[in-house]
Amino acid sequence: MTANATAQIVFYFAILLALTKPLGLFMANVYEGKRTFLSPVLGRVERLFYRAAGVKVDDEMTFAGYAGAMLLFNFVGFVVVYALQRFQATLPLNPQALAGATPDLAFNTAVSFATNTNWQSYGGESTMSYATQMLGLTVQNFVSCATGMACVIALIRGITRKSTPNLGSFWVDLTRSTLYVLVPLSLVVALLLVSQGVVQTFHGYTTSALLQPTVDGDGKPVVDQLLALGPAASQIAIKQLGTNGGGFFNSNSAHPFENPTPISNFVQLLSILMIPAALCYTFGKMVGDTRQGWAILATMTIILVPLVCACAYFEQQGNPGFAAHGVDQVASALQAGGNMEGKETRFGIANSALWAGATTAASNGSVNAMHDSFTPLGGLVPLFLIQTGEVVFGGAGSGLYGMIVYAIISVFIAGLMVGRTPEYLGKKIEAFEMKMASLVILIPASAVLLGTATALLVQAGKSTIFNPGTHGFSEALYAFSSAANNNGSAFGGLGANSPFWNTSLGIAMFMGRYPLAIAALAIGASLAKKKLVPAGAGTLPTHGPLFVGMLVGVVLIVGALTFIPALALGPIVEHLLLNS
Amino acid sequence: MNSQIVTSATTNPNPQESRARATSKSRPLFDGPIVKTAILSSLRKLDPRHQIRNPVMFVVEVGSVFTTALFVQSLLGKGEAKPAFILGVSIWLWFTVVFANFAEAMAEGRGKAQADSLRKGRQDTPAKKLRGPTRDGGTVSIPSNDLRKGDVVLVEAGDQIPVDGEVVVGAASVDESAITGESAPVIRESGGDRSAVTGGTRVLSDWLVVRITANPGETFLDRMISMVEGAKRQKTPNEIALDILLAGLTIIFLLATATLLPYSVFSVEAVGKGLPVTITVLVALLVCLIPTTIGGLLSAIGIAGMDRMIQANVIAMSGRAVEAAGDVDVLLLDKTGTITLGNRQASAFLPASGVDPKTLADAAQLASLADETPEGRSVVVLAKEKYQIRERDLASLKATFVPFTAQTRMSGVDHDGREVRKGAADSIQAYVKAKGGAFPADVRAIVERVSKEGGTPLVVAEGATVLGVIQLKDIVKGGIKERFAEMRRMGIKTVMITGDNPLTAAAIAAEAGVDDYLAEATPEAKLALIREYQAGGRLVAMTGDGTNDAPALAQADVAVAMNTGTQAAKEAGNMVDLDSNPTKLIEVVEIGKQMLMTRGSLTTFSIANDIAKYFAIIPAAFATTYPVLDRLNVMRLTSPSSAILSAVIFNALIIIALIPLALRGVRYTPVGAGALLRRNLLVYGLGGIVVPFVGIKLIDVLLTLAHFV
Amino acid sequence: MTVPVDARKVGIAVSSIVRPALVLFSLLTVLTGVIYPVAVTGIANVAFAANANGSLVTQGGRVVGSALVGQGFDQPKYLWGRLSGTTPGYNAASSSGSNYGPMNPALLDAVKARAAALHAADPANTRPIPVDLATASGSGLDPHITPAAADYQIARVARARGIDEARVRAVVATCTEGRSLGFLGEPRVNVLAVNLALDALP
Repeated sequence: MTANATAQIVFYFAILLALTKPLGLFMANVYEGKRTFLSPVLGRVERLFYRAAGVKVDDEMTFAGYAGAMLLFNFVGFVVVYALQRFQATLPLNPQALAGATPDLAFNTAVSFATNTNWQSYGGESTMSYATQMLGLTVQNFVSCATGMACVIALIRGITRKSTPNLGSFWVDLTRSTLYVLVPLSLVVALLLVSQGVVQTFHGYTTSALLQPTVDGDGKPVVDQLLALGPAASQIAIKQLGTNGGGFFNSNSAHPFENPTPISNFVQLLSILMIPAALCYTFGKMVGDTRQGWAILATMTIILVPLVCACAYFEQQGNPGFAAHGVDQVASALQAGGNMEGKETRFGIANSALWAGATTAASNGSVNAMHDSFTPLGGLVPLFLIQTGEVVFGGAGSGLYGMIVYAIISVFIAGLMVGRTPEYLGKKIEAFEMKMASLVILIPASAVLLGTATALLVQAGKSTIFNPGTHGFSEALYAFSSAANNNGSAFGGLGANSPFWNTSLGIAMFMGRYPLAIAALAIGASLAKKKLVPAGAGTLPTHGPLFVGMLVGVVLIVGALTFIPALALGPIVEHLLLNS
Repeated sequence: MNSQIVTSATTNPNPQESRARATSKSRPLFDGPIVKTAILSSLRKLDPRHQIRNPVMFVVEVGSVFTTALFVQSLLGKGEAKPAFILGVSIWLWFTVVFANFAEAMAEGRGKAQADSLRKGRQDTPAKKLRGPTRDGGTVSIPSNDLRKGDVVLVEAGDQIPVDGEVVVGAASVDESAITGESAPVIRESGGDRSAVTGGTRVLSDWLVVRITANPGETFLDRMISMVEGAKRQKTPNEIALDILLAGLTIIFLLATATLLPYSVFSVEAVGKGLPVTITVLVALLVCLIPTTIGGLLSAIGIAGMDRMIQANVIAMSGRAVEAAGDVDVLLLDKTGTITLGNRQASAFLPASGVDPKTLADAAQLASLADETPEGRSVVVLAKEKYQIRERDLASLKATFVPFTAQTRMSGVDHDGREVRKGAADSIQAYVKAKGGAFPADVRAIVERVSKEGGTPLVVAEGATVLGVIQLKDIVKGGIKERFAEMRRMGIKTVMITGDNPLTAAAIAAEAGVDDYLAEATPEAKLALIREYQAGGRLVAMTGDGTNDAPALAQADVAVAMNTGTQAAKEAGNMVDLDSNPTKLIEVVEIGKQMLMTRGSLTTFSIANDIAKYFAIIPAAFATTYPVLDRLNVMRLTSPSSAILSAVIFNALIIIALIPLALRGVRYTPVGAGALLRRNLLVYGLGGIVVPFVGIKLIDVLLTLAHFV
Repeated sequence: MTVPVDARKVGIAVSSIVRPALVLFSLLTVLTGVIYPVAVTGIANVAFAANANGSLVTQGGRVVGSALVGQGFDQPKYLWGRLSGTTPGYNAASSSGSNYGPMNPALLDAVKARAAALHAADPANTRPIPVDLATASGSGLDPHITPAAADYQIARVARARGIDEARVRAVVATCTEGRSLGFLGEPRVNVLAVNLALDALP
């Protein structure tokens, strides 16, 4: 890693951590219904929403009510996105006259956006009309994220409350997440992005002359360049803030209209981890001990930073296969060097690696470089970060509830090791919590392993794998890892827009989202019903370096033990082959 | 609460001494006959109906059957690998199951041995059944097994008490060594808190009329036997939670290994080289990865925890109680017998102004003559020492003894028209006021001073005149303060329960170093205190023996009843201390913690082991497709088959190697949670990573030397 | 799920959550799907009109490209950019990387072909080829190359145009951006800008 790469990574995390407290505190106030500086403007809108929907702020929901509301709301979203895609040809706001999506693609995309995965089987500029992008995808970018945030807030309430079945109101949490947090932040980020050159227009695509005309695949002359445009900035802002990741354009944030400068890149990178990081503080604030939140954030950071550095290191090493062709991959004053295949010049190695880490740590999945073209171990980093279950920052809300589940498992083992039946934040961890926690780990892991196995067994799966040999295996493994953990990034060579992949990945995305959210809510409800055990000297402190270390270990070891055999047949053996 | 003090004033062994005894009683880990029985029983336990109760080991058993079938197939010439290799793997998988069974059988065997020695005391002897609850009702001899609840029997010197019961009439010395191991006889008498007798004990002198309180098979001894034998053992809540986690891990590893087959098939296709991984190797990998170490030892740890309780002479009524003991946050300790020596001693006579000290001493002695409590005795002794007042015989004085009652809270004598009383200040105050007298201010001052100094003031009055104060002093046991400091480091709060007034209580609490105290405790106050702590989410442990302790015992999370206590107390508690040593509570907590720690540490160890196993098996499993993976063979194991076999053998042997640890428990030191976690993570986490690397390499070297592979 | 669920209670709950679900979904759709993007578009087109519409470069009223999107070049007189994974190259209506894995023979073929083309265009240049010049970008539309890659080509472009290397170098320098704020991102040369400027040289 170069000195500049180190500086960029350090600067990024410094700013990220600096933003954590103010945003986290703001969110805690929002969810606790306190007045914030936005209340004078948005309070009125909020009340209007509730009146129209017949919602009372104080009408609290039990587990069944909360989970039911969440599922129903998400189902409505799924249906709308599906319908928009199928009928976009006959709907307005379709200047390029794009055709309706196929049923399997529409299913895949609808699940993808409802589950906050934003896996793209489609190419944005060539498949989705402006209407679908705005009314379907952008809306889901907001509400799927708000769903995740609501669920974690309900879980946190469960931890803080005692002897009650109530978790709060899904409608209120959903509305507040969107209104006070996501919309204002998106507005700011979108305008920052436009200032850097991200496009934002309702006009159709523009044609430009080519300075040097060329020929297409059939040998016909090509004299123009058709520039895809659209209302991109508004969608990209929420795509990053909401850990969504579905790009406006096919090549996502590698596209110069989606991410034109290092500044826009930095703003987007920050947006990716900002809410998941700040939610840790919100968590600490709401449980009445901010150290608990910092401990969780420290855990996430301690896992992510070394992995980002590893990725940067391996990418900087370059591709040994290039040496034979007289290619210079050494970093110098004039070039970043390293493995530049699939990377943009303006981002180089450092920003591509940092992005790869951030986007897969968070369940964002947007890319500014093509992961498929990373070196084997450079590509292992994003793959493994996804396979840790998207708890290292993770999705907005979903990452934190996942991490809390890991904390519960760690507390269980650590609690036993100090001779007490385990408790976390004053709540006893018993068989029911362990059952739910096991499911949270088990479901995505099985979806990844079984999904990949199925894809490799059937011709429909194998036939659209793009890269030959070992790397092809990694493509399939990455696809299911990404889908089942709701990340959405890909080893993009895979031809995923086929009935087999659209359907199987759609199922994986579904399994990776709702059963987990329900399990998290169930844990919250179970904890809410329990008594609060005060901490004493015999209580295992869950805010110190020791527990952080233990939690880091548990996250890494569970991920590693589950996936080492598969990784050995993918990136690990590929690395050995490439370097032998 | 004088009555309480009296009854809980047990033959107190000091804590150090009782610990030493407890450990000296423990039997060697591998006792010849126990091992023999355990080996047989571990083979019997191969029955899948038994094995299914332990999902982890059930998976291993299925794997063993599977590989055995593969071996047979290979003998027929259609094998996926060399028969010798499959056989090797298969045999060691069977061993893995047997070893786990052996661990459980060992733990059970140790419990059984204890039960057998208990059973020896319970022979079906003829009992003398009475027609009515009096001695002269006439007896019928019937087998003790035919006795039912409510029957009344006569037990005379030399007889064995047939079944558990309550003394209705009489007092006798009883040898309870059969269940307590304590050779000194104890007194059992009707009424009060020493009325419970246990079946299997023997009356040494005098006689007792006993009302039977248990049907055959339900006696205390029966329950003890079934507890220690593990026959009725149910999984504890924490065990269930851990089982779920282990089952979850097992499923993950099952998927991780099963999917390797399609992955491997695809890889072979993609690279165009080698053969897919064999089923034998996948089964071996699976068994190595799933947490067999903790899965195999889990039930042994639980049984051993109960066993350790028994070695400490405590019978836990459920595994749940042992588990809860580890969690205790608050210990309610009776002052007397636990914190202080069983008795307070009179240390001074402090007369009211204008009263001759000798007059006071004389009255005090007179009031105490019939008081057989140690305090009463000490007053007599002090009067003799200080004023040479000789002991008088109450009967010859024709004096009437007025015993202590909970209502009057006084005792004394009526003699020649003199009414001498001694008791707590407020009781005497009420008494003299009723007589038309006044409670002098200087006596009040003395009372307060004595209390402040940690003594107990007993005010002596004759008629309406207050004569003065007897100062009683508590003697705090040696070493107890350090013990409480230890508890504090463990995060356990100690609360002293005493009938003393707040001033006295505060002084003793300070001297003994407890965190809090409950003064002027009544059974209701004690119950309320427990409820208050529990409402605050704390787990409370207490000891008790009297019938009036029963509600509090029933309420407490860990309730240790003294074996000398009443049947009601024993029924209400969830543990019985055969030594009747209130300090034992501390030990009970430690044993509970140790059991949980052993579970946690072995779970960590088991999971940490997997890292080395991956390094051993993964390169070997795919050697034909990806020879380059041999660079991950960091242990430089000789060949793919030796690597796999070594990992499997290590996985089986580690269970055997850890049986002593499972039975003995992880070492416990009373330090804070953080320090404890750090140490155990280092030993069992880091150790768990390192040990298998060494072990597998060693086994591989031996296998290679022996030309097995 | 072992959480006990009273069927009757849930029945009541379903009817009570349908209205909020539908109403809130509609309101949030209007807010986030209509008002929000329209507001951003409105503000953007006032504050950053050129940026919002693709940062187009015009010459004599004719759009000749976008400052942000690259175009393909393979004539010796032009500075060449990155390889492009789109078909045809630099297809701005369908962005894409090559997605070649690191051991994909096609990747090595592409590198080999680019190296050969560069050598064919300038046989005298035997310096090692800067890696960005031999590899495809992530978007297929990368407008930039590294200063090293520009430097590598300056001699060839000057010779093909019959002008002094220094003039080419000067043009490249004007089209070179350093790291943002001095340390963010990488230094880069805008290929289309250089080529437009070269063509505009008197």
